[in-house]
Amino acid sequence: MALLEIQDLHASVDGHEILKGLNLTVNAGEVHSIMGPNGSGKSTLAAVLARRETYEVTRGRVLFNGKDLLEMKPEDAACEGVFLAFQYPVEIPGIGNAYFVRSAMNAIRKFHGQDELDAMDFLPLYKERMRILEMDDKLVNRSVNEGFSGGEKKRNEILQMAMLEPKLAILDETDSGLDIDALRIVAKGVNAMRGPDRAFLVITHYQRLLDYITPDFVHVLVDGKIVRSGGPELALELEDKGYGPEADVPQALPA
Amino acid sequence: MSTTANNTENENAMATVTEALGTYLSSYGDLAAERQERDPVWLRQLREDAWQRFYANGFPTTHDEDWRFTNLAALARTPFQRAVKGSVIVTAEQIEKFRVQGAGCRLVFVNGHFAPELSEVGELPGTLEICPLERAIAKAMEGGAPNGIEPVGCAPEGIEQHLGRYADVRRDVFSALNTALWEDGAYLRIHRGAVIEQPIHLLYVSAGAGAAIMTHPRTLIVAEPTSHAAVIEDYVSIGEETAFSNAVTELVAGQDAMVSHFLVERENLAAFNVSTLRLELARGTNVSSHSILLGGGLVRNNVHPVLAGEGAECLINGLFVGAGRQHLDNYMLVEHAQPQCSSRQFYNGILDDRARGVFHGRIVVHKDAQKTDAKQTNRNLLLSDDARIDTKPQLEIYADDVKCTHGATIGQIEEEQLFYLRSRGIEETSARNLLLYAFAAECLDRMNDSPAREFVASLIADRLTDLAVNHQAVASSAPMKEEAQSWEEVG
Repeated sequence: MALLEIQDLHASVDGHEILKGLNLTVNAGEVHSIMGPNGSGKSTLAAVLARRETYEVTRGRVLFNGKDLLEMKPEDAACEGVFLAFQYPVEIPGIGNAYFVRSAMNAIRKFHGQDELDAMDFLPLYKERMRILEMDDKLVNRSVNEGFSGGEKKRNEILQMAMLEPKLAILDETDSGLDIDALRIVAKGVNAMRGPDRAFLVITHYQRLLDYITPDFVHVLVDGKIVRSGGPELALELEDKGYGPEADVPQALPA
Repeated sequence: MSTTANNTENENAMATVTEALGTYLSSYGDLAAERQERDPVWLRQLREDAWQRFYANGFPTTHDEDWRFTNLAALARTPFQRAVKGSVIVTAEQIEKFRVQGAGCRLVFVNGHFAPELSEVGELPGTLEICPLERAIAKAMEGGAPNGIEPVGCAPEGIEQHLGRYADVRRDVFSALNTALWEDGAYLRIHRGAVIEQPIHLLYVSAGAGAAIMTHPRTLIVAEPTSHAAVIEDYVSIGEETAFSNAVTELVAGQDAMVSHFLVERENLAAFNVSTLRLELARGTNVSSHSILLGGGLVRNNVHPVLAGEGAECLINGLFVGAGRQHLDNYMLVEHAQPQCSSRQFYNGILDDRARGVFHGRIVVHKDAQKTDAKQTNRNLLLSDDARIDTKPQLEIYADDVKCTHGATIGQIEEEQLFYLRSRGIEETSARNLLLYAFAAECLDRMNDSPAREFVASLIADRLTDLAVNHQAVASSAPMKEEAQSWEEVG
């Protein structure tokens, strides 16, 4: 059974159809990259999978681990093992970073009938993973993402992913706005988590990230549909030639 | 809102006002007779003047600028009665849940009368005097030293000097009414240089007596120079009956004293609560007022600091959380009378359902108060389309070298933040609760680390859990809790 199975997915925002019949199958252990021009529906796909309610699914179905993902609330999807690393991580004043992650971990543990972690168990683990991501200790008690630099925010997403250990991690343009050092650190964090039980959906429109996170499959999303699929070599070809005649947004590729 | 409807309502209010003053008149008559023998002349005079003020004016209407956002018609037309002393028995078990962990001592008043059997004073340092006000006055009349059966030491020096000298009975009819009708309350004196570590808990209990009860608790706190103390004034109900608490507290801070005052309103939703805190700040004092309004049906909290000595600092911190049809009105009058003083007002409000909040902050900088630094911030979260906040800053500046700022914001829970939390596995009610708590907890950041802060933190957490659960219940279109509407006709 595939970990994620998307069939004929149609989704709209404010009455505009963005996804127009998307099909994708992701097995555990695989890394899939979704590339495509701006406005092609990449972030919409990520939001639908994370169960954002502002996106209306009008047709199709999505099975996650054999369960109907489209029936799930965001928190249920998260508890089942879906994680979205946000393109624009949200600042939450007044809620401490570590407290937030521990609350999330405990919500997920509770869902699976496991005991809650207390601060003593949690903190060493949290700090160890922060070190891997080369994050400053002072971020432990700061409010979630508040006053973080762009790079710190993205690393904080990967840190949360590392703590929550999802089955499917969706990285929504995690590379955008990152300098090369930060990109390398983020990729290191992701690669450390690759394994036979976990799958990644890496959404990007730059080949650059894929130099560090080598995908098993690359898909080209144009106008709400996957128009091409291939191996890692496809990303290089796209870098070279663009998204082809289907992509009517030529400025989408970096100069 | 149509003007016509408004006028009719006010006319009705006027008609009932004079009618209902009858119960106040008879109460005052009864009390004046009792006091003829008992009370000192200065106090009787004070009460008589105050009574005349109240009786001449009656309750304010919404035509009065200070009461523009709060309609008192329901209060004015309810014939409240004085509670007979001892008519309602409250047990220690019933008030156990109101305990403040870490408090040094506790005075308990039931329907305005001191309840010695519920109070816990224990071993007090010799530098702290605490006793019921009525007893302190009686002592002053006898002129004797405290005897062995007194629960606490109390030398009523300074009562005549301070009691009623600060509360503004000319401008504020509720202060006048309290001055005329108070039967008991607390008297605290913190000696020069004393540092009282544990907060002092004053618990005012309204307990159902079969009739609508009114009480007029009076508190006098004298913090002598360089003393440190924290006082929690806490209003609670037992049962669901309506009651009217009209409290006045005068807090006098001597030079370089540091005092924190906490007002906690957590009465039932049928309660009317008007409280007035008058702060007098001498040179170099640092006084904080924390108003935490969580309960009550119609609530008005007045905070009136006068910065009367150079370099005084005053923090006026508040949180109000309303749901159902609660009406929570925060009125501040901050008077800068001397140079180099600073005042900080921070109020956060959370309103759900059809609750209504008011923030009316008036800052007056007198002619001599150069180098005044006054700041006012009011932030509000409205959780439903029917919730409402009226926020009104008012600056009156008669000095020329001052810094005054004010700002107000009104917003909702941000869906982005809610989704972010949920996307990590935190279910919606908890996520909502976390966000509300983060917003409310801003008021905790402005309190010193102390048992009082811990106490307030736990009250806020409990209140917000109720709110989140209620919100979810409403969202899933379950009927709203009945008690949330119990004073519906108030309008």
